[in-house]
Amino acid sequence: MIRFDNVSKRYPGGQEALSSVSFHLTPGSMSFLTGHSGAGKSTLLKLIAAIERSSRGQVIVDGRNLGKLPKRQIPWLRRRMGIVFQDHHLLYDRSVFDNVSLPLIIAGYKPRDIGRRVRASLDKVGLLHKEKAMPVTLSGGEQQRVGIARAVVHRPAMLLADEPTGNLDPQLSHEIMQLFVQFNQVGVTVLIATHDIVLVKALRCPVLTLEQGRIAHSADNGR
Amino acid sequence: MLYFSLAKLLASPLASLMTVAVIGISIALPTASYVLLANAQTASSDWDANARISLYLNDLSSADADALLGQVQAQSGIAGVAYLSPDKALEEFREISGFGDALDALDNNPLPGVIVVEPQAGLSAERLQALADSLNRLDGVDLAQLDVEWVKRLHAILRIIRRSVTALAALLSLAVLLVVGNTIRLDILNRRAEIEVTKLIGATDGFIRRPFLYGGIWYGLLGGALALVLSGTTLLLLREPVAQLASLYGSAFRLRMFDWQLAVLVLGGGATLGWLGSWLAVGRHLKRIEPR
Repeated sequence: MIRFDNVSKRYPGGQEALSSVSFHLTPGSMSFLTGHSGAGKSTLLKLIAAIERSSRGQVIVDGRNLGKLPKRQIPWLRRRMGIVFQDHHLLYDRSVFDNVSLPLIIAGYKPRDIGRRVRASLDKVGLLHKEKAMPVTLSGGEQQRVGIARAVVHRPAMLLADEPTGNLDPQLSHEIMQLFVQFNQVGVTVLIATHDIVLVKALRCPVLTLEQGRIAHSADNGR
Repeated sequence: MLYFSLAKLLASPLASLMTVAVIGISIALPTASYVLLANAQTASSDWDANARISLYLNDLSSADADALLGQVQAQSGIAGVAYLSPDKALEEFREISGFGDALDALDNNPLPGVIVVEPQAGLSAERLQALADSLNRLDGVDLAQLDVEWVKRLHAILRIIRRSVTALAALLSLAVLLVVGNTIRLDILNRRAEIEVTKLIGATDGFIRRPFLYGGIWYGLLGGALALVLSGTTLLLLREPVAQLASLYGSAFRLRMFDWQLAVLVLGGGATLGWLGSWLAVGRHLKRIEPR
C-alpha cells in the first residue's frame, strides 16, 4: 500500500531530513513510526500525502509513483487517505458537523448520504451529541476525536496520523489508539507517527524507528 | 454553494457592505449619466423631427395675415401652420418674462406677428433650407428663420458627452474590478488556514476557487442592484426640475427612467465584473497557498 525505495528528502539549503529510507507497508497493516522530534517523522508523512516531494528515490502509494504524479492528480490521491493532525486543523468558524462533512462535500456526496455518514462517524468517536457544537467549545481530546471522525468519514483506504495523542493524557491516548485499532480491523491501512513509546509497546504492531533521517530499527514488535 | 457564499458575505456585514457600496457608486455614476444622455438624445431628436420655421411678419392687418397664412399653407412640404398675432405674442411674453410693468410703459406693441410653420417630418436639412428660402420670398414676410444650427451644435456637444460617459464607464469598471479583486484577495488571505485544510483533505483547485468566484459574483450583483437604487433615486430627484425646464420651453418632455433592458445590463455587467475581479485575484493568490 505504501512503499519507500531509497527515499531521501533534502530541504532547500538545509540538511537531509530523510536519507535512503526504504520500507513497505502492506494493505490492511497497522504500523507505528517513532523517533525523537526532528528525526524526520513529519517529513515522511508529508511525502506520503504528497505535501512534499522526495529529492531522491521512489514513493509509491496505492500503486502510484508520487514522483510522477501530476499536480492536478494530488486531490484524488488525498481522497484515498485520511489524515489526523496533532493540532487538529479544524475549521473554527463552523460546527462539528460541518467540519466532519467537509471531505464528503469535497468528494461530491449527496446531502442525504452526508448526514448519514457524518453521524455514523461521529457516533464511532463518541461525539454524536456534539454535532451542533462549535469546535472551540470542545476539550482537546474531543477536538482530536472530531479530527479523527473527519479523517475516516469518507472511508479511506489509508489512515495517517501525526502525533495524534500529542497533547492528551494517558487515558484519552489509550482510547484514541483503540479507535485506530478498530479502523484497522475493518481493513484500513494505518500509520501512526508518535514519540509515545509506552503507547507503542502496549500494541503489538510493527514499528519503524527513525533516527536522524534514517531507519534505525524496524521491529515487528512480536506480531 | 451559491447560497453558502452569500451567507459568508453576510457573516461580515459591515465589510461586505462597504465593498458593495463602493461598487454600487462606481456603477451608479455611469448608469445615471447614460440615462440622462439617452434622455437628452430623445429630446433633441424630438426637436429635430419638428424643426420649425418661424416667419416674422411685417406690420400687417389681420386680414392680410390671414391671407398670407393661406398662401403659406398652399406650399408643399408643410405639415401645419399656426398664427401668433402681435397681441397674443405680447400677452405670452408678459406672462413668461415677468417684464409686465416695463411693457406697460411702451406706447405700442413692439412684437411682430409670427407664423410658426411645422414642416413635414423627415425632410432633409437642404429641403428645409429651400423651404425656408421660398417662404422668405413671400410678400409680408420680414424674415423666415430656420433653427437648425443650434440643433447641430447640440448634437456635437452630445457626442462629446457620450464619449466622456463611455470613458467614465470604462474607468469605473476598472475600479470595480480592482475593488472586487482586492476584497477577494483579503478574503483569501483571511481564510488561508481553511484553504490549506481543504487542500489537505483532497479538495481540487476548482472546488476551492468556486466560493470565491461566487463571492465576487455576489459583490457585483449586489453592487449593481445598489447602483440601480442610487441612479434611480437621482433620476427621480431630477424629474421635477426637468419637467419644469421643459415646460418653460413649451415642451411636454418628461425625464424617462431606465428601462428593464438597462437594469438587466447593469446587474449582469456588475456580476460579470465581480466574477472577473475575483477570478483574477483567485488566479494570482490561490496558487501560493499550499499546505506545509
